[in-house]
Amino acid sequence: MKDRNHLADIAMSRNVDIIENGLIDIPMLQILQPDGTIHKESTVPDLSKEKANKILETMHFIRVLDERMVAAQRQGRISFYLACTGEEASIIGSAAALEPQDMIMSQYREQGALAYRGYTTAQFMDQMFSNENDPNKGRQMPIHYGDKALNFMTISSPLGTQIPQASGYAYGQKMAGQSAITICYFGEGAASEGDFHAGLNMAAVLNCPAIFFCRNNGYAISTPSEEQFAGDGIASRGIGYGVKTIRVDGNDTLAVYAATQKAREIALEKNCPVLIEAMTYRLAAHSTSDDPSGYRSKDEEERWRQKDPVARFEKWLDSKGWFNQAEVKSYIEDTRQSVLKEVKRAEKVPICKIDELIEDVYDVPPWHLQQQLFDLKAHIAKYPDAYPKTSGRITHD
Amino acid sequence: MIKMNMLQAVNNALITAMEADERAMVFGEDVGHFGGVFRATSNLQEKFGRDRCFNTPLTEQGILGFANGLASQGSIPIAEIQFSDYIFPAFDQIVNETSKWRYRSGGQFSCGTLTIRTPYGGGIAGGHYHSQSPEAFFAHIPGMKIVIPRNPYQAKGLLLASIRDDNPVLFMEPKRLYRASVGEVPEEDYELALGKAEVVKQGTDITLLAWGAQMEIIEKAAEMAEKEGISCEIIDLRSLLPWDADTICESVIKTGRLLVNHEAPLTGGFASEIAATVQDRCFLHLESPISRVCGLDTPYPLAHEKEYMPDHLKTYEAIKRSVNF
Repeated sequence: MKDRNHLADIAMSRNVDIIENGLIDIPMLQILQPDGTIHKESTVPDLSKEKANKILETMHFIRVLDERMVAAQRQGRISFYLACTGEEASIIGSAAALEPQDMIMSQYREQGALAYRGYTTAQFMDQMFSNENDPNKGRQMPIHYGDKALNFMTISSPLGTQIPQASGYAYGQKMAGQSAITICYFGEGAASEGDFHAGLNMAAVLNCPAIFFCRNNGYAISTPSEEQFAGDGIASRGIGYGVKTIRVDGNDTLAVYAATQKAREIALEKNCPVLIEAMTYRLAAHSTSDDPSGYRSKDEEERWRQKDPVARFEKWLDSKGWFNQAEVKSYIEDTRQSVLKEVKRAEKVPICKIDELIEDVYDVPPWHLQQQLFDLKAHIAKYPDAYPKTSGRITHD
Repeated sequence: MIKMNMLQAVNNALITAMEADERAMVFGEDVGHFGGVFRATSNLQEKFGRDRCFNTPLTEQGILGFANGLASQGSIPIAEIQFSDYIFPAFDQIVNETSKWRYRSGGQFSCGTLTIRTPYGGGIAGGHYHSQSPEAFFAHIPGMKIVIPRNPYQAKGLLLASIRDDNPVLFMEPKRLYRASVGEVPEEDYELALGKAEVVKQGTDITLLAWGAQMEIIEKAAEMAEKEGISCEIIDLRSLLPWDADTICESVIKTGRLLVNHEAPLTGGFASEIAATVQDRCFLHLESPISRVCGLDTPYPLAHEKEYMPDHLKTYEAIKRSVNF
């Protein structure tokens, strides 16, 4: 396929040939087969023992985190949680192929990428308990992480908004002469938003070094992908926008890693976007507010459980002699203990003082916000019992 | 000082900003080689290259999404929305992203370097979709600043201040003044303070408040009223968010009367916000009800544009009603 505007030469056809099935069916890269063996025609990406174990460790960290935090939500300790079970290979495998200076703009299910970058258990908890240690100052719901030091852009709830933003961020990286790219994660449902189309088109036209990573996990809350789009998935759209594109088995860590590594290389060298569509499955509920039994069968879930990305990766590690069952078991147990300990710590940390309510709306709070805070403090002081989280720590200017 | 029209002043401000900081970039629909449909970005691409002044695809949500990302990265995006009537596909990016970026990240990231330029307002036979004044929608967004100039001198100084202000600014340009308003503009770099109204003319009987292209309307009405011995104080609000309530209230305490004029429809217009605050702060000083002379609550019409507009005659009548209350 060529880049072609309306003035370019276009081959003639003489028949009324309406294209019905597309010109190609996009294949899916798979390196690691479901049984954990390498496909005989595949090239294994260059992945060190150390990095492979960091990937596995992060996968287990996230499994524990997801399990414990769903439980914490059920116990009423946090208001909301969102697990990524089943999608660990897509998220962590891709994050592992990046460099620390690359910006991550995520949707909301990419806690694995953040953990891979080094976000600590304590940091996860401070955000989820909206306490005063949270760098976001307790202003957003649980799981809306952000960390400037780790180049992880603060998450926002509206879907797809990060897609054109990633184009802009990547353009800025290019203009600043940085050897860095932006990766943008989103789901196949978010790809229906106008921002997806705007963002991909702009990235292609304006030569932005970005990776658009679609986790096609089969469902947008309850809506299955066949009710989300017709056509050959999300990958086919990349081709329409003139974006270099690859589809990968999202439960195959090696395929995801290899594709992301190559995509990064192309994005940086050619100053262009690359679209990756990872075919995976959201084994978890959409969120703690969701019950998947209302829209999909246990059989279907079970079929995908058989394709568990973590087990598949472990089999490969084992075949390399890099897997130690006892060590993994003890890591999981240690992680459970540390998560529990941090839950107990973080839930006791107070929320920010009331003064923080008006900070960061602007660089400096303007008069009207100062006035509103002044009035609010006087009101809280009058009814301290009604506002117990802030009334004890009010200071009057 | 050079005589310039408002477009030339905007163009001059953009050149000044781009020369002063190489992180500054100008983009939008048709802003590249063509120089924008109004020519506000003429010669920028030739001067600064295609990387720093460029056309975007025709997608307002894309322009703002891209601009948000660019701003959060540390560049200085100056995005043009060709007509403010077409800004609405970008509303989500502005409401949920631009304005909340700093707050939601606890100050770790922000879109403070972003400036959105967009022509607004009627009087050019533009009908529904080339005439609207949507400022009130944006005045409801915590985190945004809104700035509107009334002449070329103001346009250059306020635009430079908007570009350099560490908050996202929506800079709305009264398009009917683009070529009609001509004045002396300094060649050098200068800024006018944001968030500050300007008392354009002192008076004692009534305060007339407007912004942008409606300033010349209230000035004309004031001239008529003066002939009848009514002394009008004239104020240009200049910034709608945050707005300078102190200057307005100080004036109202002196004159005892307030008239606010805007082109946008009456209901939910920014005059309502001003009236509410002024009655709260100046209740015992008011001699008459606060008067709003605004556009009608209809879509912006074409054939009846003249009738729709809150012109000098409607303003003059409202001044007399207020003074004779």
